[in-house]
Amino acid sequence: MKHMTAKKQERPLSGGQHLAPALVDAFVKLAPRHIIRNPVMAVVWLGTLVTAGATLAGQARPGFGWAVTLALLITVLFGNFAEAVAESRGRGQAASLRRARQDLTARRLAPAGGEQTVAAAALRPGDLVLIEAGQLVPADGEIIEGLATINEAAVTGESAPVLREAGTDRSGVIGGTKVLSDRIVVRVTAEPGHSFLDRMIALVEGSNRQKTPNEIALGILLGVMTLTFLIVVATLPFIGSFVGVNTNLVLLVALLVCLIPTTIGGLLPAIGIAGMNRALQANVLAKSGKAVEVAGDVDVLLLDKTGTITHGDRQATAFHPLAGVDAEHLRQAALLASLADPTPEGKSIVKLARGRDARLEAPAGALFVPFSAQARMSGVDLPGGRIIRKGALDAIARHVQLQGGLIPGELEARVTEVARKGATPLVVCDGRHVLGVIELSDVIKHGIKERFARLRAMGVKTVMITGDNPLTAANIAAEAGVDDYIAEARPEDKLARIRAEQRGGRLVAMVGDGTNDAPALAQADVGLAMNSGTQAAKEAANMVDLDSDPAKLLEVVEIGKQQLITRGALTTFSLANDVSKYFAILPALFAATIPQMAALNVMQLSSPTSAVLSALIFNALIIPLLIPLALRGVRFKPAGATQLLRNNMLIYGVGGVLLPFIAIKAIDLLIAPLFSL
Amino acid sequence: MNEFFLVFALALILGWPLGRYLAAVLRGAPMRGDRLFLGLERGLYGLIGTDPGRGMSWRGYAGAFLVSNLVLGSAVWLLLMTQAWLPLNPDGAPNMSWDLALHTMVSFLTNTNQQHYSGQAQLSYLAQMLGIVTLQVVTPMMGLALVAATLRGLCGGRNAEARKAEGQEQLPVDVGNYWADVIRPTLRFMLPLCLLWSVLLTSQGVPATFAGGPQVVPVDATVQLQAQKIPLGPVAPMVAIKQLGTNGGGWYGPNSAVPLENPTPLSNLLETLALILVPVTVAFMVGPFTGRPRFAALVLGTMLSMSLASAGLALWSETYAPGAGAMAIMEGKEVRFGPGPSALWAALTTQTSNGSVNAMHDSLAPLTGLITLGNMLINAIWGGIGCGLQQFIVYLLLGVFLAGLMTGRTPELFGRKIEAQEVRLLAVLVLLQPLVLLGLSAITLAVPGLAGNSNPGFHGISQVFYEYTSAFANNGSGFEGLGDATVWWNVSCAVVLALGRYPALIIPLVIAALLARKRQAPESTGSLQIETPTFALTLIAVIVILTLLQFMPVLVLGPVADHLSLAAR
Repeated sequence: MKHMTAKKQERPLSGGQHLAPALVDAFVKLAPRHIIRNPVMAVVWLGTLVTAGATLAGQARPGFGWAVTLALLITVLFGNFAEAVAESRGRGQAASLRRARQDLTARRLAPAGGEQTVAAAALRPGDLVLIEAGQLVPADGEIIEGLATINEAAVTGESAPVLREAGTDRSGVIGGTKVLSDRIVVRVTAEPGHSFLDRMIALVEGSNRQKTPNEIALGILLGVMTLTFLIVVATLPFIGSFVGVNTNLVLLVALLVCLIPTTIGGLLPAIGIAGMNRALQANVLAKSGKAVEVAGDVDVLLLDKTGTITHGDRQATAFHPLAGVDAEHLRQAALLASLADPTPEGKSIVKLARGRDARLEAPAGALFVPFSAQARMSGVDLPGGRIIRKGALDAIARHVQLQGGLIPGELEARVTEVARKGATPLVVCDGRHVLGVIELSDVIKHGIKERFARLRAMGVKTVMITGDNPLTAANIAAEAGVDDYIAEARPEDKLARIRAEQRGGRLVAMVGDGTNDAPALAQADVGLAMNSGTQAAKEAANMVDLDSDPAKLLEVVEIGKQQLITRGALTTFSLANDVSKYFAILPALFAATIPQMAALNVMQLSSPTSAVLSALIFNALIIPLLIPLALRGVRFKPAGATQLLRNNMLIYGVGGVLLPFIAIKAIDLLIAPLFSL
Repeated sequence: MNEFFLVFALALILGWPLGRYLAAVLRGAPMRGDRLFLGLERGLYGLIGTDPGRGMSWRGYAGAFLVSNLVLGSAVWLLLMTQAWLPLNPDGAPNMSWDLALHTMVSFLTNTNQQHYSGQAQLSYLAQMLGIVTLQVVTPMMGLALVAATLRGLCGGRNAEARKAEGQEQLPVDVGNYWADVIRPTLRFMLPLCLLWSVLLTSQGVPATFAGGPQVVPVDATVQLQAQKIPLGPVAPMVAIKQLGTNGGGWYGPNSAVPLENPTPLSNLLETLALILVPVTVAFMVGPFTGRPRFAALVLGTMLSMSLASAGLALWSETYAPGAGAMAIMEGKEVRFGPGPSALWAALTTQTSNGSVNAMHDSLAPLTGLITLGNMLINAIWGGIGCGLQQFIVYLLLGVFLAGLMTGRTPELFGRKIEAQEVRLLAVLVLLQPLVLLGLSAITLAVPGLAGNSNPGFHGISQVFYEYTSAFANNGSGFEGLGDATVWWNVSCAVVLALGRYPALIIPLVIAALLARKRQAPESTGSLQIETPTFALTLIAVIVILTLLQFMPVLVLGPVADHLSLAAR
């Protein structure tokens, strides 16, 4: 499925399978019940009926009258088509989700003991169910006993199994996913019909899509523009009659349809649906379109260091031998001490130390001493009494002193030096000699600095949250390029920081997965929960990332911005188009009675009839031509607001004025021969 | 040409210090001049029964505005209908009919000064001085008060800090005290400025007397008239306030085209300067008043660019355009000052919602007529005192809405989001203008006998559309050539006058108060910067295209067709 979405992004209109049903839908949506939801298109539809009536009544030459009627009808159909295409793209995903939900059965544990097999639909919140390897999870819930690897591909499209465990921040399971190993007991948390899958299907299909606040505001503006032009056109015959202009009803409707913002009116619903679809393609499930829109407005991102900014596991990046110690000696000792160490840190030491010397293996009889909380060090006892240890400074110091060794004065300076860089120092000793320090660094994710720079260019501030000490935090913050950090953070610090930012008027987004993140996720304006997180976190958030990748938040912000820009750009384009359409239609309208109006025919269109039709054809064609743009979103480079405004005004404002002059002239050249016959 | 640059230069040089002074007056903090004015102001506050320090919510403010208008309006209506029986009527002007009195009252109450009467013949000295001049002085200050309140709202209200405290968010937004906002600038700003201008105009020979006018024998012996009565009166003070207060209603019917109102080139310069002086001052006032000098620069820069462009085009059309000197165009031309100063005046008087004239607009070249119409349709190039800036704020909100989207954020002005409720209110204003102007023009033109035009054809359309546009813009200039003293014209124009004034002044105030209640986001590089040339150009495009789109057909049928048919001859 992941693969599919990637392909889809390349070719937004690919696959005839989306187009055919959308075409049918375009006709279905002509029903008054549906069309009334889009006032701009409703006016065009009404205009179509009026021109048809006027043509039947002999108000216009039949050929011309029917041509105009057809052009208007096609305009409405194109508008409907745009919406249908956007909806249909979600529908494929919905179908595969539905399959995952079908025919689930559950092994319910009775309170008195024993189990019974029931249909998943019979499960109620609070019920306990038993799931074993190879079975499907029957409902959303939380593991209360055991741990298991689970394949969530049905929901997330990600085939790599994930680990879920009771009592951790990764205890949530989703109905429809498959348990691959072990055995778990799950407490059901969702009502039937309100599960995660159900909600996802509804969202994907757009069946309960509500208009977002900005969409409503823009809708009002477009509505009032439509009314305004209705007044302009309705009063025109009366004003014209004073100078003997006989205005034809068909021509007036044509003028009206050209003036009202049909382009943006036809594409507005599609833009809204596409915003959610784009989030979904990034595997982010937004609980409402509003959430995506708000993401575009976010001023501050609170990011957990681990997982978002760094890979989360510290890795060995350098060896620092003390003065007089052979670097090779340190490398060998570190390697020997770590060969049998299963922790990620240990493995990374092996990886760094091995270098070319790939063959070195632990000698027979070596005894590995694993890390323990008491000793706070680990290492190896080699045959022959050689004892190698690595660990925290104080633990190693105690160990060496016990053996009668001395702590070189230089060591503390070395350790501090490493710590100041934001890395973790690990001291290595061989017997009673301290050899040096291994530097373990939290490795910053590739490309994250550039991403923060992009965000900064868009005016979004990033705040890193970490449990590290202030020194380490400051270093990582500087290296990753975040604007601010909270060191030694406790869960309640997130909430406090969000409240503080919000008091300052800023909108805050954050990522969380644990139950103790839930209050902060709920308080944040945009809360993105990890799919692997607890049910509480997912409930509190307004978006869930199915890939459980905290860095996804950055993508969400860009999707939100892109959606708003697309709306603004297409509105500007739509209004700017009107200038040229006036120049096409007004001379045509008055030409019969006022010959000197020909001077306004700046495009030199061949006849009044072809001028009106050319304008209408342009007006209709521009909608399907812009569907890919509406679905994909306007391309934008992250930049300051003024730069974005300048670019978009040049392309969609100035371009919107000029393009139709050329296009209408071109259409006129194409269709003029039809009229000379 | 010299006058063109001189007027703009003087307005900018004088507007800057005057703007700072006006901002101080509106802020109401202790200042120089308190010793002179404070006592007088306290007396007036006592009379009204208000405490100037007490703030008002937008409801209280708008309510006080409407009550003050109702009281003043009723009094003046009564005065006009009873002037024949009242003192100070040496020339024996009769009582006005109810409809003419209604139109005259509403016209002056809305700072429009559209005149369907001839002042010198139909008004007594008392009616002119007590009724007309009082309204001419006070109504521009009312407009100023409303815009001051709106600006306070946009900046979060006077109690913005107090409302930030815990639990105080629900406090009503304090937009100022209406009575103080009207009284302080009237006494400390408008009246002294008028006094200065009256003296300057009197020095040029504009009459200022209570005596009745003299009888004279015409020099030209060939005319039938044996004796002519020259109407005089306290003309200079009225001309001063008429020019300074974006009023436009002259003592004499033909306004400043009459030598008695405008005798010399210097008086013409003074009066042209006075057209834009206070509107320019208001734009300068924005900076110190709001503490946002860059915002003031946007306002001033945008207005000045549009003003220079429109005045330049008018000048070109009257003097340099091919065919400017053709006989058909020269019909009825004012030649005492010549086409240059006439064009400048025509442009500025329509840009500022003033409406006084020094040449009849009926005789402007059709394209100049188009420019004057465009100025009034926009009505925010400078606009009336207060109302112009208020209308500018409406365009600003619309511009911010479009431009804000294009920067990828929900649109916000000064960090406060423009959402559905604000757009709904803006929509009322956007819809009102075409509904009123096109609706009434259509009725008047389609029903035979209503228009009373002197011209058939395209020029007739221009005349009717101009009359309503002028009324709605609260401009008051007439294209003239209309028999407009009929019940239809009087009543329909009175309605248009009121619809053009009250919603346009009150709705932006409501929006500002709504915005003030919202959480304010700090401005970052990601938020739309309105104080940039890029946004200013976007704003100008929004203003021009919005106006052009709505009125293109009627403008094409009127002045454009008029021009094309003249050109074809």
